[in-house]
Amino acid sequence: MKRTPRDTETSLRGISRRGLVLGGLQLGVAGVLGWRMRQMQVEQADQFRLLAEENRINMRLIAPARGLIFDRNGIPLAENAQNYRIVIVREDAGDVDEVIARLGDLIYLDPVELERAKKEIARRSPFVPVTLTDQRSWEDIAAVAVNAPALPGITPDVGLTRNYPLAEDHAHIIGYVGPVSDYDLQRIDDDDPLLQIPKFQIGKTGVEQKYERDLRGKAGTRRIEVNAAGRVMRELGRDPGIPGANIQLTVESRLQNFVEARLAPALSASAVVMDTRNGDLLAVGNAPSFDPNKFVRGISVADYGELTENIYRPLSNKAVQGAYPPGSTFKMMVSLAAMDAGQLNPGETFYCGGYHKLGNRRFHCWKRGGHGWVDLEKSLEQSCDVYYYELAQRIGIDRIAETARRFGLGERFDLPMSAVSPGAMPDRAWLQERYQQPWRVGDSLNASIGQGYVLSTPLQLAVMTARLASGTRIEPRLVKSIDGVELEPRGLEPLGFSNEHLRIVRNGMDAVCNSRRGTAYGSRIEAGDMRMAGKTGTSQVRSVVVSNNDVPWEQRDHALYVGYAPFNNPHISVSVVVEHGGGGSSVAAPIARDILLYALHGKMPPVESYPSAQRGRIGQFLSELDLRQDFRPTERSGRA
Amino acid sequence: MSYLEYNVKLVPTGLSKILYLNWPLVVLLCTVASVGFMMLYSVAGGSMYPWAEPQMERFAFGLTVMFVIGMVPIWFWRNVAGLAYGVSLVLLLGVEFFGETGMGAQRWIDLGIIRLQPSELMKITLVMVLAAYYDWLDTSKTSRPVWLVVPLLLIALPTYLVLRQPDLGTALLLVTGGGVVMFLAGVSWWYFMAVIGAGVGLVSAVLSSRGTDWQLLKDYQYRRIDTFLDPANDPLGAGYHITQSKIALGSGGWTGRGFMQGTQSRLNFLPEKHTDFIFTTLAEEFGFVGAVSLLSLYVTIVIFCAVSAFRNRDRFGSLVTLGVATTFFLFFAINMAMVMGLAPVVGVPLPLVSYGGSAMLVLLAGFGLAQSAHVHRPRGR
Repeated sequence: MKRTPRDTETSLRGISRRGLVLGGLQLGVAGVLGWRMRQMQVEQADQFRLLAEENRINMRLIAPARGLIFDRNGIPLAENAQNYRIVIVREDAGDVDEVIARLGDLIYLDPVELERAKKEIARRSPFVPVTLTDQRSWEDIAAVAVNAPALPGITPDVGLTRNYPLAEDHAHIIGYVGPVSDYDLQRIDDDDPLLQIPKFQIGKTGVEQKYERDLRGKAGTRRIEVNAAGRVMRELGRDPGIPGANIQLTVESRLQNFVEARLAPALSASAVVMDTRNGDLLAVGNAPSFDPNKFVRGISVADYGELTENIYRPLSNKAVQGAYPPGSTFKMMVSLAAMDAGQLNPGETFYCGGYHKLGNRRFHCWKRGGHGWVDLEKSLEQSCDVYYYELAQRIGIDRIAETARRFGLGERFDLPMSAVSPGAMPDRAWLQERYQQPWRVGDSLNASIGQGYVLSTPLQLAVMTARLASGTRIEPRLVKSIDGVELEPRGLEPLGFSNEHLRIVRNGMDAVCNSRRGTAYGSRIEAGDMRMAGKTGTSQVRSVVVSNNDVPWEQRDHALYVGYAPFNNPHISVSVVVEHGGGGSSVAAPIARDILLYALHGKMPPVESYPSAQRGRIGQFLSELDLRQDFRPTERSGRA
Repeated sequence: MSYLEYNVKLVPTGLSKILYLNWPLVVLLCTVASVGFMMLYSVAGGSMYPWAEPQMERFAFGLTVMFVIGMVPIWFWRNVAGLAYGVSLVLLLGVEFFGETGMGAQRWIDLGIIRLQPSELMKITLVMVLAAYYDWLDTSKTSRPVWLVVPLLLIALPTYLVLRQPDLGTALLLVTGGGVVMFLAGVSWWYFMAVIGAGVGLVSAVLSSRGTDWQLLKDYQYRRIDTFLDPANDPLGAGYHITQSKIALGSGGWTGRGFMQGTQSRLNFLPEKHTDFIFTTLAEEFGFVGAVSLLSLYVTIVIFCAVSAFRNRDRFGSLVTLGVATTFFLFFAINMAMVMGLAPVVGVPLPLVSYGGSAMLVLLAGFGLAQSAHVHRPRGR
């Protein structure tokens, strides 16, 4: 169609006019776009830049090195070992199964571990390293490193893990660490982000648990740039964090070794060795023990079952948890209480005819035939029960209990160990409250020989003995220093008992060991400057007296012994409890004697220290122990 | 004496036409394309592959196509406009058909170096056919209802097909582009008022129909609307794109983080960083200055086209040139509005910058038509 010039003119004018309108509109839109750019890029730039940084920068935690635990001489009891592990990165490996199969030809891979790792590989992003296996030997790592070209995506890696070089020997003191569990997270009020790290190890029992915060240190951070998928692109900065504080214990590792070894033949026993001058716990022994390293590495169900089903309860820290009737070791308390109350003249004698009559009920002495006329020293020496029945009847339970509490019985000591038991030191009010029963005189008689409701732990007995020996209110302590800062000993003030009364009781305890008729005479120490004083105890597990050999293990008497040495200048106290061991004099006292000798001598004592009759056998036994100790690390210098 | 004022009686012939091309427009297009190469080089982490070099090849091919189209007389294009439209429509239909029956959905036509998408082709051929129609139609009949039926049908057919794909962005471009040509051709203002009014009504109907039996859109489309209105309510899903895009863009500041320093795009926070969201990378790396410069370049291209159209005395030439310019405008305006969170995410590339062959080829072909109109405009009086 041909347009007339006039039509063309109008049409072009129309197009131009509307084109201008449209152009104006478009310029307006462009203006809005420009204005919006200004708004976002100039006015709100800071805000968006912040968001961009948040996008881009991630903080990753660096687990600090856990604090080390040393004995009093700087021998490491808990340290951080290099944990060699093998990790795989899926995207670098290509065919994961084939690469793992090739790795399996090279080193042994645990099928269970492998199954878990494969599941994790499938779940995680392809670029996240997954641990295939850990706790490998250096040889395995070397084998993998050498064959690296054939193993794409597989790299050896090293981290830190807890290691207890002395294994069983300090298990009950130090405890162990393990991966954080959901239960832990609920139980402890701790917002430390480190706990969110998978498999992060925290203290589960013992010192590891009680000093968790000190030992853990402060998390370091790594500022990293990540992409949208979370892959690390580069590291922007690093704050190494603060490693955990080192803790030095009062325990003497070699003595502890000895105690554990000495207790081992006793099936189920515990012992506490304490420095009477400052309260330092030198050894806290338990038999049987367990290897805490197994817990660190994740204990197998079989191993755990073995520990929990063992009738000798290896996991139980009997030295502080086990509450036993103290038996005759309680007699010092009764005699001191009586003297302190002014109701006993030390020279006063009672007649022991083998039993004490209360109403028409007979309370027997352990010696059927009786001890005849007995004074305080003889009552301790030969452990006459009737003497104490008389005393108890005279002064009543409340005075006895009051005295015993001053010696630490019934007290829960503040020690960084799990489940420290308070035992039980009953009196009238206690029984009323606990069992809604009135206290009867017979109960007092039972209590006077450490039976009935009285329960004490080996720790309490050691403290009691240390207080008797020192005359001060000495407190046990387990931690010598944290991060180099010494902790002050506590309880150096006097107990408040007359020195004369204490001397009389100590003389009685001396007689127990060093008088021919003393119950622990067979366990005396012959080296003059190390003379020991003590008290044996045999606590009944059931009331009817039968020969121990005729009943099953669980029903036999507990064998107890408390003692201190040297008699003239006491500085070590010891308590030994052998569960269902039989008699205190025959079973517990020799153990205590050996421990005291070792502690005083600082190493294997000379055979001359032992009673001459026993020297042949003991010499052999000690050389066996010595042999066992040769495998243990000796003192290291420059640590702690 | 500017070449714009070049005034000869005769339309140039032969190779001398090259001299009469709209060269400033060519330079502008090349500049914009170069910005594109630079950004594609940057988002590939400083590498010509996989995007920058293929893009250069395609641009070279597209530029050749533009020159060839520009050398062919404009009246030839007017005569084949209907045919071109018809071919596009058939191809589109074919895509629909094969796509629907699921027999190896052939969405592309392979041109060797470029695989062309029929819906992209339609963007230009629709402008062509409408321009040809109004060139043919007596101006006095423009606004008569009966003569509106044909152009409306011409727009509605491809729009319907595209919506079924579904490709909201292309549909939007077709309707708006077609409407603009009708507007320029002189269709009464009142119709547009009415259409806009109806549009508003339709939108409110769509929104209010949600959740009822006669719901007009699919659920995912409603969700997309929600996300557009408030990206925060789906921060990891559909809203993630727009949120990340805004963060990257806004964090550019005045002058940006520097070439190849854009952390957000480099670290893959930005989706589709080489195609629809490439403007975000540019804004992040070159800041406000860079973003406004590119916007100005685009506006300048539109202005040059408009000036060329206004000076043209040929109705078809003017309409085609303005139609192409408007389509071009819609491309970058929608894309930029989209990445800045002013418009929904509809999948419209940034013209000549986003990686991709079809859109670029089609746009360059469109500019070829504008060149042809420019070269072959009636001269003298």
